[in-house]
Amino acid sequence: MASWTIDGVKEALVARKISARELAADFYKRIEARNPELNAYLTLSPERARRQTDKIDALVAEGRPLPPLAGAPIAIKDVISTAGITTTCGSKILQNYVPPYDATAVERLEAAGAVILGKTNCDEFAMGSSNENSAYGPVKNPSALERVPGGSSGGSAAVVAAGLAVASLGTDTGGSIRQPGSFCGIPAMMGSYGRVSRYGLIAFASSLDRIGPFATNVKDVAAMLQVIAGRDPRDSTSTTAQVQEYGAELEKPVKGLRLGIPKDYFAEGMDAGVRQKVEAGIETFKKLGCELIDIRMPHTDYAIATYYIIATAEASSNLARYDGVRYGLRVDDDSLLAMYRKTRGAGFGAEVKRRIVLGTYVLSAGYYDAYYLKGQKVRALIAQDFRDAFTKVDAILTPTSPVPPFKLGERTSDPLQMYLADIYTVTGSLAGVPGISVPCGKIDGVLPVGLQIFGPAFGEARVLQLAHALEKAGGANL
Amino acid sequence: MKISREDVLRVAELAYLDLSEDELETYRAQIDEILEYIEKLNELDTAKVEPMTQVLHAGQSADATLREDLVVPCAIAEDVLKHAPDPEPPYFRVPKVIER
Repeated sequence: MASWTIDGVKEALVARKISARELAADFYKRIEARNPELNAYLTLSPERARRQTDKIDALVAEGRPLPPLAGAPIAIKDVISTAGITTTCGSKILQNYVPPYDATAVERLEAAGAVILGKTNCDEFAMGSSNENSAYGPVKNPSALERVPGGSSGGSAAVVAAGLAVASLGTDTGGSIRQPGSFCGIPAMMGSYGRVSRYGLIAFASSLDRIGPFATNVKDVAAMLQVIAGRDPRDSTSTTAQVQEYGAELEKPVKGLRLGIPKDYFAEGMDAGVRQKVEAGIETFKKLGCELIDIRMPHTDYAIATYYIIATAEASSNLARYDGVRYGLRVDDDSLLAMYRKTRGAGFGAEVKRRIVLGTYVLSAGYYDAYYLKGQKVRALIAQDFRDAFTKVDAILTPTSPVPPFKLGERTSDPLQMYLADIYTVTGSLAGVPGISVPCGKIDGVLPVGLQIFGPAFGEARVLQLAHALEKAGGANL
Repeated sequence: MKISREDVLRVAELAYLDLSEDELETYRAQIDEILEYIEKLNELDTAKVEPMTQVLHAGQSADATLREDLVVPCAIAEDVLKHAPDPEPPYFRVPKVIER
């Protein structure tokens, strides 16, 4: 069966080839067959999907115009709040948590006609790069079941790659959308910081967290982002900057655009197979008439250290709320403080505890200046690298990950080694700029590689336009 | 060694986090390695650099358009309490904190 696209769904509905209800039922059947081996969905929401498909089918029956995502079956990462649907963050501490409200992004997707099938597995509180930190077991990569799908939004990437949703939402703090997109061979986008409201996103690191889409093609990524982007009074960091018309920009020729190739990203440590595919991707842009320009981003090598100070510091503060009082797990004790300690000790997994300890340490008296303040200063230098680059180029091309999807269990024993593989994605996270990972061939025809495109802040349209051009030029089969 | 067993204990206390003996030593060693790596930031002279405390520039964020400070009814209170570990509407119940 050919894979569905957002427009394909709408056309089939209008032509009465299938109803929204039948389509959702068809997806649930596929999920039932495939999810046991992938472990990508944690919770399904058939009742909520049914209410939405009834609305869409009524619109079709009345011959009324359909909203942009009408009938499209989608999935939501389990760190994003969905009213009435269990939302665990991949953690035991929120095992039975049912949010009383929807995230703004969820609200907007449903208002645009999308049908939410369920919630997807992820690293606990979005902390991880392989999905192996979920309290509910790892997700498998649909391209190679013995390998990881990437993380932390591994479930959201896997369900789209496996045809168990037409599109999905993930979240990206240091690469958690782009890297799983790369590992699963689908386009995956993080808009600029502030472009999409974080209201209802369960916080990991508030100055870095962003919600963004996965889809099977760049046009659908653009359609999803179009719906969720824009100012939200409930998130004071959501920007008032105007949302561009992404669809209108997609088909514009890329000839003459100046693309920066940062030497600093192509240094040691990159897998030879990844390098070969990414260089082929860059060559494709040259053939399309883009001008390639060597640039320097001199603080790249400091990004991982900076990121793991800032992200863990913010996490240690954000995760203070899990105290066994208002929601989630409680481990009883006669003393309130002992109840806090036991609840948190029992409820959090290893990676989350490690980051809470590190984050608390870098913020603690006597160490704040040496770590947290230093991190904020180097973050400013990294952001400046990007601003300087964008005075010379329209976009920046890099690999998404230095390595292809690795085997389950291969990297779990050494956290620092796992962190170091985030090198190409954390820079853009720290700088606040938009980035996409777009398929750029498969190593030995099996292991997907992603090419990352960064644009200047609020330059989402340019990023999408370039990704679309690579896709049309056969990027996935390089 | 950048971080000692006592440091980890102190920090875990600050974070209200029970750690087992095994966890204590494992995290200490792993965090020690991470802090060692973070040392590389000291290669950079940042004396004259302003820390980046906000991602958005003035004019991009909503700071200039703060909403009115209005009291609005919270219609979800019942729902919130329903999912609490030990609710006693309209309160959350916790172990006794005041000695009589």
